[in-house]
Amino acid sequence: MNDQSIIQTFGLTRYFGGKCALDQVSFMVPRGCVFAMLGRNGSGKSTLIQMLTGLIEPTRGRAEIFGVDSSKLTPAVRGRIGYVPEGHPLPGFLRVRDLHAFQKSFYSTWNDKLFRAIIDHFSLGLTQRAGQLSRGQRAGLALALAMAPQPELLVMDDPSLGLDPVARRTLLEAMILNTRGSGNTTFFTSHELADVERVADHVAILDRSALRVCCSLETLRQRVKRLVITLNGTAPAELPHIPGLLQATRHGAELSLIVANITDDARRAIAGLSPNITEAPLTLEDAAIGYLSDRRQTFSLLDAVHTDAEAT
Amino acid sequence: MAFEIRILPGSAAPIFRQIVDQVRLAATTGQLRSGEQLPSVRALAERLLINPNTVARAYSELASDGVIESQPGRGAFVSASRQIYTRPERLRRIEPLVNALITEGLSLGFAVEELTDAIRARAAQVRGKQS
Repeated sequence: MNDQSIIQTFGLTRYFGGKCALDQVSFMVPRGCVFAMLGRNGSGKSTLIQMLTGLIEPTRGRAEIFGVDSSKLTPAVRGRIGYVPEGHPLPGFLRVRDLHAFQKSFYSTWNDKLFRAIIDHFSLGLTQRAGQLSRGQRAGLALALAMAPQPELLVMDDPSLGLDPVARRTLLEAMILNTRGSGNTTFFTSHELADVERVADHVAILDRSALRVCCSLETLRQRVKRLVITLNGTAPAELPHIPGLLQATRHGAELSLIVANITDDARRAIAGLSPNITEAPLTLEDAAIGYLSDRRQTFSLLDAVHTDAEAT
Repeated sequence: MAFEIRILPGSAAPIFRQIVDQVRLAATTGQLRSGEQLPSVRALAERLLINPNTVARAYSELASDGVIESQPGRGAFVSASRQIYTRPERLRRIEPLVNALITEGLSLGFAVEELTDAIRARAAQVRGKQS
């Protein structure tokens, strides 16, 4: 690995039986960043995390953490990684203080003050049993157990899933807190785009097992454009080929195109549709949904919508 | 009222741009006085619950635009002089706002004179606040 990367993957691929869960994913997570992995359910995010942390083996390719092959992580290397698994599973019969003592025994870098601060913040008592906690409290406990060793790399699989707004906010606070240590890196998956926009500086998008995007949040916003075209007269039955087109939506005479890495060719193809083109503001959500939706698959939708509009 | 930055994720303007625009406006209207200190990058990031790099990016743009000055070890302060753009650049920057005013104003049935009167009246108010 180079000095700047904490995670690096090389053509990481995983099959479950005949089904491809992750297809040749290569990317790099720089030191000190907050990296968000986006993707729909079933796009391969959890499979990726399980391979990064060495819980499952890749079918092909490999992953490195701190320059060490993920399938050969030693306890010393694991000690530098904090992991919050999806759904925050914890043994229900154990009390908070037992889990605390158990986890603490593995780490020389354990910070008790930090642990207490996080469980206090989530209103957790030391004598409560993990099985009796609310979802938000369980998330808080999983987070405290992962963060108290002050890991150089914090890996979280969909940490905000199912959290109420207050717990979600506390999670955000903890993630910002984690950036206080210079050089601390956070890698997380999420569907909460507003949270991603707040805390992440790098973003990647997995779509149907393949990596579609991996760049800074700012680059993503600059790369993806939304153009609104006012069609005059009859609409074309089919859109011409537009390189980089992610999504086309039509409302009446207005056609909205979300296009990535727009080229002169793309601009020419769009200009052929109508002279009336304006560039419209685009939110992070628009950009992400552009990549994640299935709509770019077919433009027969245009016809359908067109017919509807005429009928009314 | 004290100047407070508020951000809204999920809007078309990136968060760093929202910060830049609010600080710039506050410095122009006198809500932030020259020499006034801005919160540190870390403090503002923790208050707004956003990545510190986003605040740093906003501050560096504000500094390169001359709106604020970063003094190493001391923090960021609102600059005294804010006139750093060429005239064509300044015209380019107000053009979309002028367009919006004209479009909205005329479509609401105002005469151009009424719009300029409204601008003068508001400018007098803003100046009054600054002095």
